Amino acid sequence: MTTTEATSAGGVAQLRRPRRMRLLWLLAVVAVLVVLMAVSVAVGSREVGWSDIVAALGGSADGLDRAAVSVRIPRTVLAVTVGAALAVSGAVMQGVTRNPLADPGILGVNMGAALAVVIGIAWFGLTSATGYIWTAIVGAGISAVFVYVIGSLGRGGPMPLKLALAGAATSAAFVSFITAIALPRNDIGANVRSWQIGGVGGASFDRIGQLTPFLVAGFVICLLSARGMNTLALGDDVAAGLGERVALTRAVAALGAVLLCGASTAIAGPIGFVGLVIPHLCRLLVGPDHRWLLPFSALTGAGLLTAADVLGRIVARPSEIDVGIVTALIGAPFFIVVVRRHKVRAL
Amino acid sequence: MTSAHRLVAEGLALGYKDRLVISSLDLQVPPGRVTAIVGANACGKSTLLRSMSRLLAPRAGHVLLDGKQVHRCPAKELARTLGLLPQSPLAPEGITVSDLVGRGRHPHQGVFSRWSRDDDAAVAAALEATNTLDLADRPVDELSGGQRQRVWIAMALAQQTDVLLLDEPTTFLDVSHQVEVLDLLTDLNRHRGTTIVMVLHDLNLAARYADHLVAMADGAIYAAGEPEAVLTADTVRAVFGLDSQVIVDPISGRPLMLPIGRHRRLQPHAAPSGPDTAGQRLA
Repeated sequence: MTTTEATSAGGVAQLRRPRRMRLLWLLAVVAVLVVLMAVSVAVGSREVGWSDIVAALGGSADGLDRAAVSVRIPRTVLAVTVGAALAVSGAVMQGVTRNPLADPGILGVNMGAALAVVIGIAWFGLTSATGYIWTAIVGAGISAVFVYVIGSLGRGGPMPLKLALAGAATSAAFVSFITAIALPRNDIGANVRSWQIGGVGGASFDRIGQLTPFLVAGFVICLLSARGMNTLALGDDVAAGLGERVALTRAVAALGAVLLCGASTAIAGPIGFVGLVIPHLCRLLVGPDHRWLLPFSALTGAGLLTAADVLGRIVARPSEIDVGIVTALIGAPFFIVVVRRHKVRAL
Repeated sequence: MTSAHRLVAEGLALGYKDRLVISSLDLQVPPGRVTAIVGANACGKSTLLRSMSRLLAPRAGHVLLDGKQVHRCPAKELARTLGLLPQSPLAPEGITVSDLVGRGRHPHQGVFSRWSRDDDAAVAAALEATNTLDLADRPVDELSGGQRQRVWIAMALAQQTDVLLLDEPTTFLDVSHQVEVLDLLTDLNRHRGTTIVMVLHDLNLAARYADHLVAMADGAIYAAGEPEAVLTADTVRAVFGLDSQVIVDPISGRPLMLPIGRHRRLQPHAAPSGPDTAGQRLA
């Protein structure tokens, strides 16, 4: 008995989804991300020579060209962090709700954060980045709970379609609240509008620094929840049978997701679809194990948002299209594909 | 591996929201044996199983494992002794067999601990016992119903618990796969001494495979004991409201219930057999 166990244990180790494939994908994704980051620094509405790019990377901001590049550096860093945060947030929301349509945008969490920030700007004279972040996280948390409760009412509990509908309805309501608050206020209207579409254009290392502790906390919480979410994926009863405290695991993971999308919304505005598209792509690459899925989503999400930002800068030269619009253009068709392929069944 | 764990329910009252399903129930699960719970739909058998695996907190009374209340045990600690396979669980899309079975190791792993050789050995043994080793790298979605059920049982086996609770492990399986699954559970009981408690739909398979048969009606235990003593025409009438004749199963020597409906009877005059006739036939 023991000998057969020992030999077949080796066999199973080989049979398990090849680690080597996953590591290769990991390298490929990292390589693509590095290239995209380089392109993001090099390319923009103003064409700049290589010598100036190198000089700007060295810290110089003399002259228009170098100044343009030195603005692109924090912008790239912000796109990378926000993309990673939104993708991980989406993957965790999909895992927590076992819902293939979950995404901070679709579930109305981003708009909740946005509404909170707009209220803060309009009525409480909110100006500091830290103030934005705290307000956005509180708004995201409240709307996450609100949508989950609404989507869980009635028969069958929180079903994918009900949650998506509750999120869409809540989002729509929040958008009109935002318009209602911002429209009569000429003093803040333009400010709110550009922020609301979503953008990484106004990035500075100062603001990124203020964002960092929240994102680090969010990433750590999400990654530590990965194994718990693997059991949740088997259904609440199986998870509980495996010794998981289902409600606690779900709440902690959701907190991590809310931190990530709330904080990134505070700085870059509500950006949709990254959290939806990326986890689905990554599941195709590495399978449904969250311990692989979350880091992969982070890298791929960073890549997508960087690419979307570069695209927005090139397409409308010499003007720019906000990154939120580009991701929506990529994401909307993908959303339809996901709905058709899954027939909106539970994960 | 011997299982001397005592699983006991005392004065158990269970319910959902405003509906009381079980009012006061006592049950002793014989250690190291196979127990089958049978009863009509909605008689509370799944509810009882859920509560024994701490999925449902009791309104009154308690479930004791080795004298300790299961609802007060640390979740992971309990999950190393007591495993549960709920009715028709759903696997996440794209998960492979070995990944799914590996998740059964969850209660043996900490937040930071890595996959160990013990984990590998447990998964391999579980795959081997359920004859699913050659499926290890296949996605679970692609498997047939019988294969899928064996994979889920493999996951429960990888958990390496001395007590295993299963809620209708044979649902949606054709008859050959039902027998296969029950044979597998019997192997597990014989070779490892695992205490098995399962809810079964099929009375005859329950009587054939169980050492201890529990018949439930309306949230209470109507009869419990050896299958020969429990599966009688009286029990069937009380529990299912069905007339029947119970004969000796020529294959296993266990009782075999033949239902009597309104049609298709060779001897319409033959009254439904009472306890005496059943006893004579069994004797």
